[in-house]
Amino acid sequence: MRFLLVEDSNELARAVASRLAMEGHGVDHAATLEDARHFLESAPYDLILLDISLPDGDGRDFLASERAARRDTPVIMMTASASVSDRVSTLDQGADDYITKPFDFAELQARCRAVLRRRDGAADSRRHFAGFTFDALAATVLIGDETRELRARELRLLEILLSRPGQAYSKAHLIDRLFSFDEEVSDNAIEVYVGRLRRKLEGSGARLETLRGVGYRLIPE
Amino acid sequence: MNGWLRLFDPARIASLRRRLVWQFLVLSAALVLGLFLTVGWVADRASRASQDAVLGAAVTAITEGIRSVDDGLELDLPYATFSMLGAMGDERIFYALAVADRVVTGYDDLPAPPEPALDMVPIFWTADYRGARLRLSAVARPMLIDNRLRPVTVTLGQTRLGQAAIARDTARSAAWAALVFLVVALPVALLAAQAVLSPIRSLAEVMGRRGPRDLRPVRHPTPRELAPLLRALNGLIARLRGALDLAETFIFEAAHRIRTPLSLVRTEAELALSETTDEATRIRLRRMVRAIGESSRSANQILDHAMVMYRSDQFAAAPLDLAALTRAVVRAVAPLADMRDIALSQAGLDSPCPIEGDERMLEIALRNILDNAVKYAAPEGRIAVSLRREGPMAVLRVQNDGRGLSDDPAQLMARFRRGGNVGDIGGSGLGLTIVTEVAAAHRGRFRLEPGEREGTCALLHLPLA
Amino acid sequence: MRLAALAAGLIALVLASPARAFEIEQERRFGPADGTPIQVLSTTDTAAFAPVLEDFVARHPGRSIRYVQAASTEIFAAIHDQDARFDLVISSAMDLQMKLANDGFAAEVEMEAPGLPGWARWRQQLWGMALEPVVTLASRQALRDLPLPRTRRDLIALLRENPDRFRGRIAAYDPQVSGVGYFLIAQDDQVSDGFWRLAEVMGRLNARLFCCSGQMIEELRSGRVSIAYNVVASYAARFRPDDPDLVQLGFEDYIFAIVRSAFVPVNAPDPEGARLLLSYLLSDPAQRLIAASAGVALVPGTGPAPSPQLRPIRLDAGLLVYDDRLRRAGLLAEWRAALVQPQAGP
Repeated sequence: MRFLLVEDSNELARAVASRLAMEGHGVDHAATLEDARHFLESAPYDLILLDISLPDGDGRDFLASERAARRDTPVIMMTASASVSDRVSTLDQGADDYITKPFDFAELQARCRAVLRRRDGAADSRRHFAGFTFDALAATVLIGDETRELRARELRLLEILLSRPGQAYSKAHLIDRLFSFDEEVSDNAIEVYVGRLRRKLEGSGARLETLRGVGYRLIPE
Repeated sequence: MNGWLRLFDPARIASLRRRLVWQFLVLSAALVLGLFLTVGWVADRASRASQDAVLGAAVTAITEGIRSVDDGLELDLPYATFSMLGAMGDERIFYALAVADRVVTGYDDLPAPPEPALDMVPIFWTADYRGARLRLSAVARPMLIDNRLRPVTVTLGQTRLGQAAIARDTARSAAWAALVFLVVALPVALLAAQAVLSPIRSLAEVMGRRGPRDLRPVRHPTPRELAPLLRALNGLIARLRGALDLAETFIFEAAHRIRTPLSLVRTEAELALSETTDEATRIRLRRMVRAIGESSRSANQILDHAMVMYRSDQFAAAPLDLAALTRAVVRAVAPLADMRDIALSQAGLDSPCPIEGDERMLEIALRNILDNAVKYAAPEGRIAVSLRREGPMAVLRVQNDGRGLSDDPAQLMARFRRGGNVGDIGGSGLGLTIVTEVAAAHRGRFRLEPGEREGTCALLHLPLA
Repeated sequence: MRLAALAAGLIALVLASPARAFEIEQERRFGPADGTPIQVLSTTDTAAFAPVLEDFVARHPGRSIRYVQAASTEIFAAIHDQDARFDLVISSAMDLQMKLANDGFAAEVEMEAPGLPGWARWRQQLWGMALEPVVTLASRQALRDLPLPRTRRDLIALLRENPDRFRGRIAAYDPQVSGVGYFLIAQDDQVSDGFWRLAEVMGRLNARLFCCSGQMIEELRSGRVSIAYNVVASYAARFRPDDPDLVQLGFEDYIFAIVRSAFVPVNAPDPEGARLLLSYLLSDPAQRLIAASAGVALVPGTGPAPSPQLRPIRLDAGLLVYDDRLRRAGLLAEWRAALVQPQAGP
């Protein structure tokens, strides 16, 4: 997916961009509303992450003008003040959702997916690998004619594994990305989801391989 | 004496009403005493004057009864005159008739006039005689005795016991009348004191009815005398509100300024986490991210709480649809539930549920209820949100299948109070307090109870419009 | 306290004894012989008053009374000039009693006497205790066929028309000796214009003058006089029932009623005893006894009601005029002029 991140703090923007890139997304960073307009004119985006307070204006005004111009790229507002007035007004002005800084990337991921699912899909939400097609928005894997539904964490696990197929991920790494940080989970919890995903992927031509002492990786059979 | 003075000492009399009544009583008593003395004095003077007139007439009458006869004087003491003189209070009567300085009849030792008596014009004086205070009158009349014109003086004295008694009785009657008036006036005074003080009481009632955080200026009609008090009160309220607003602005501003760097730290930490292979570093980074998450959530709740308090002070209810609001909040929370594979079911949210309320406060309450439900739900569990009407109330029921309650639900509502079994789940302990306060502001109620089979059920009752 | 009172009483007795220069008619003791008696000085005839006093001592065991009877002028002199010590002074001479009270010899006595009419009492000092009608008595035998006079005018006419029958046979008070006599003449003088005509007629008929009512009645009963003018009725009442010859002439023009009064002297040795006796005298039982002997009740309801022509003399300051030297001298001079005619007096 392609994100436009409108955020005046360069460090934060860089960090967020790196983090999103880790998930396999493409991110452009606009530090001002002016920049944001240029980016939007030059390329289509699946989602805009819009900060409220920007050097050259209020993100909500920008959003309002975008909506007024019938440009309806999904927008998730990022608020730092987190006052309820901000939350409500952002939704009133046409934001699809909001997220309070500092945010949990797992939550951001979930919100993005929810927004896109509501908006009925991004341009390309499907990926093909080995013998199956993975639809992240629909949360399904298509193997031949058979559509298998994935639960949230199975989907997330598959998403992570598919972002760099063949790369081995340690249990710890997967836990860090799969669970919210306020959930205390044991390292073994990941085995449950790995087991489930394996069953979902049976007959798909792809194999979720356990590398003893290292972790897991997804490889074609 | 000291006791009496103390009655006027404001520090001693805590009750204005009692003070007014006391002052009324003391002043009235002084008035009664004054009336007694004044009337006594006036009555004494008046009766003295009239008695003097009677005494003068009597002495004149006696003088006119003296006849000069061949062998001296003939005196026909008028019985009626004496009888009349004595009539007013059985007075003692003394008299003397003297030719030149020799007493011819009557009491020889009766005090002589202080000055020579005049011809037929009575003079009056007062003297002590035979153990009594006498009012005396004397008249002189020249008469031909033994062919010589000689002055004949008649002196008549009477006690004034009756007159004094009459003056005393008159004064006493006046004092009694005044006392009766006082007794009659006392309830009137009480009523008057009550009436005078009623604006203070009504102001106090208006202030008393206010919510603990209602900081609007007082717009209560008060008498002119109370206007300075009201102005001072409103001034104080305004300063207090200013201070609170400042504090609130400060909180929002501080939160805003802290959040952006916190976001950076958190994001960097997550990035570092994904790159590290050292388990010890990883654990440290996880703790860091967790701490940031917790502090952020706490800040959110503190802000929410401040907002709820602020808005319940300025409570402005407007018609709204609780079903629609609940749907919106459920939608906002849904990604979080989904993230944890928690099934979120809804019931009764399709038909409108009109209530009167503050939308933003309710949004905060609903978010807190649902956040809690998600937070304490079992992994891959379920949450059921249902809205229905029960009599005059709308009842929102949020049931999860989590670990349930270990503590008395009423205690969990207290500020910063968390259950004993929250374990590792982060939270500030403010969530339930917020919900309770929102419910109270809407004249509704909120309670937690154990779920039907497992978990916890949160019930929010709000009056229907 | 009691010792002090006793001592004071003894001293008073000792002091009083040598000063007793006034003339006593009779002295009698009622009640037990021991203890200090209540000392009463009175004009009232001892025999007439005895039932009342005996009733008192019977009701108050331990109390006794020393009753001294004297003429009213003697009583006045004793109290006014001789510093005699008595606990209660009773007299029919209203003017003298009034003067004693006015001159400050009577003590204030705090007492309730609800039935006592206001005119029978002066302040809290002088208390009326009996009403004594003053009547004229006649001997039925002496009048024989003559009609009974119904007014003073009738009496004058009767005397004028029958001078021989009544010459030297009329009794009257001697106002120069008797305080009551003088007082009654003063009253007659004030009330009636015809009195001096009567006096003149009586003088012309050589009326005999007496010191007291008792003597007049005595003379009447013995047949030495035919008519006794101005006799205090209580004396007559003692004899009349068993002497069918005595006729009481109830004049229709007026009948005086003297108020016999009592007071407690300021120097009374036993004021408490005096107060006890006085309140008894004003009580219902005593008033009934007194009214029975006087024939008329002072306190309404204790005996026969006064007849309409009965004219009680008020106890008030007006009585003071009768004691005036000039007035007395003038009145007595007139009396002498009227009564003591060319013929010498008795």
